Amino acid sequence: MNELANAIPWLGKRNPAAARWVVIALALAAPLIAMLFGKTWVRILDFALLYVMLAIGLNLVVGFAGLLDLGYIAFYAVGAYTFAFLASPHFELHLPFWLVLPLGAVFAALAGIILGLPTLRLRGDYLAIVTLGFGEIVRIFMNNLNHPVNITNGPQGINMIDPLVLFGWDISRPIRIGEEITINSLFLYYYVFLAFVVLSIILVQRLQISRVGRAWAAIREDELAAKAIGINTRNMKLLAFSLGATFGGVAGGLFAAFQGFVSPESFSLMESIAVLTMVVFGGMGNLAGVVVGALVLTALPEILRHVAVPVQQAVFNQVLLDPEVLRMLLLSLAMIFMMLLRPAGLIPAHSRYSRPELVVGGVAGEAGK
Amino acid sequence: METLLQQTVNGLVVGSVYALVALGYTMVYGILGLINFAHGDILMIGALVALEAIRLLQLHAPDLGLIPTLLAGLSISVVVCMILGFTIERTAYRRLRNAPRLAPLITAIGVSFLLQTIAMIIWGRNYHTFPQLVSTTPIEPIAGVFITPVQIVILVVSAVLMVALVLLVNKTRLGRAMRATAENHKVASLMGVDTNKIIAATFIIGSALAAVAGVMFSSNYGIAHYAMGFMPGLKAFTAAVLGGIGNLGGAMLGGLLLGLVESIGAGYIEDLSFGFLNSSYQDIFAFIILGIVLIFRPTGLLGERVADRA
Repeated sequence: MNELANAIPWLGKRNPAAARWVVIALALAAPLIAMLFGKTWVRILDFALLYVMLAIGLNLVVGFAGLLDLGYIAFYAVGAYTFAFLASPHFELHLPFWLVLPLGAVFAALAGIILGLPTLRLRGDYLAIVTLGFGEIVRIFMNNLNHPVNITNGPQGINMIDPLVLFGWDISRPIRIGEEITINSLFLYYYVFLAFVVLSIILVQRLQISRVGRAWAAIREDELAAKAIGINTRNMKLLAFSLGATFGGVAGGLFAAFQGFVSPESFSLMESIAVLTMVVFGGMGNLAGVVVGALVLTALPEILRHVAVPVQQAVFNQVLLDPEVLRMLLLSLAMIFMMLLRPAGLIPAHSRYSRPELVVGGVAGEAGK
Repeated sequence: METLLQQTVNGLVVGSVYALVALGYTMVYGILGLINFAHGDILMIGALVALEAIRLLQLHAPDLGLIPTLLAGLSISVVVCMILGFTIERTAYRRLRNAPRLAPLITAIGVSFLLQTIAMIIWGRNYHTFPQLVSTTPIEPIAGVFITPVQIVILVVSAVLMVALVLLVNKTRLGRAMRATAENHKVASLMGVDTNKIIAATFIIGSALAAVAGVMFSSNYGIAHYAMGFMPGLKAFTAAVLGGIGNLGGAMLGGLLLGLVESIGAGYIEDLSFGFLNSSYQDIFAFIILGIVLIFRPTGLLGERVADRA
């Protein structure tokens, strides 16, 4: 529960209970507030929650275990494509959601293990490059596996994916109460995603203070020392990697169902970098920070999109920086300046087990040898 | 057989470009232990600056002649990239030199994307046709193998640059200081080496090589694009690992080998996979090689440095 209070540091320190309730109220009321600005914003909130899940998963790998994964979006892709294959007219398969989503998670975890096995013995920097390459390979396959046998439908992607059906209830259909009130499906998706996010947070928080979490922290701080006290570093790293991938896979499945459509374009390197920036920006190794980081960095580009474009039009009579460029600019600058000025992130981790080496100043000389 | 020979020639040409870029990676890694993710993007900036300079020259000094125009464009882009490399090291990396290793790595990724974004703002998202000032029409085939003048120029220029770099590192005072710094910063500075200057020099030299590589890359394919640095960068890194990162000879060998494997592989992939895969999978060879090297010989072909220093 402390994580909840941490999300608002200035209030959380003085009055954790109040901070907790504020966070809960905000989480529940967010879509209603967003609705005041239009349906698009509810949609953006839904996506923000998916990014939160991704950031939580990547934080497990980068923040807890200290392994830099630059191809994380590949696991998201595996989850999404699994969902698309098993629940769409593409292969004429319509398996139920409760079967497809876990399958996506399992495949993502397997992908994580396959990728991790050969590389986790090596230095962290190599892992970064290999994961980067892996992300690209997955994208190349998604783009080209449409001939001679059409598996992924190439760059066009897969359409008409089944929506979420929970207990026989299709949540992509709006609910009508009486004549006047209809509850848009965007709201329903929001609360379903929120449930998944809450579940992930609880899971990850328990993990962090468990034996496994402490082993990860030990590996992150000093791998040699961790080995010396009897931690099976290879298995622990693999576990971090595949568990992180699992979160990506689940988020991917939800994404496919929500969007109803997947294509390789959604899984570009830029997205991997975006999720990494969210983790770095919010505070590596700190759950509350990561969640806030993901929310801020999903919302900010959208706000810029709605503010900067009209402003540019008014001032210069043309759009000099389109929203996508603004997003890239924002993310890359956030990454550089965060590392230079506030390496522990927006909300630094302070609990005993969640203090990445970055806060302490680290083991000097490792990079400068 | 003719395919094999032809693909060998193509592979050597691409491979020598990879080798030049790989040298930049390997020098920085050797001295700082940092993977400079932004290195591939310096190649891109080099190509685009040269493109812009050549366009301007052609507009304002049309009678300059092809070769002087190209040389002028190249020199401008080399200078711009040297300044850029220096600035990046000074502003983004130097402050993090003693930080834990994840911090500079993440900064480097940020710098890489920042460069791409800046290039996107200046040059837009479109592919630009790169003026091919050296002819790309093949000369008389030798033993059935076509080779273009631009390919010959690429081979010669990269060979000259590589020899020059090896001489610089092994024979000059600066080179000795670079080797000393790579060996041990502290001891080198105790011996009177200004390690800050040496590190800056390393970035400057690497960036100059990347600029030349970028111009050659674009001259060969006739295009330039804001994201063009990513793949060559990744492949050059693979080449550096393949040869043994931190080792100059290794980077050259790795670059050439990778170029050969990729180009010959792309020529035969369709037959090998019974028509299932085609040459659009060309890019995965680099990653497969990277995987194999890291599993079986993480120190690379010529490397002696221990890979597992973490």
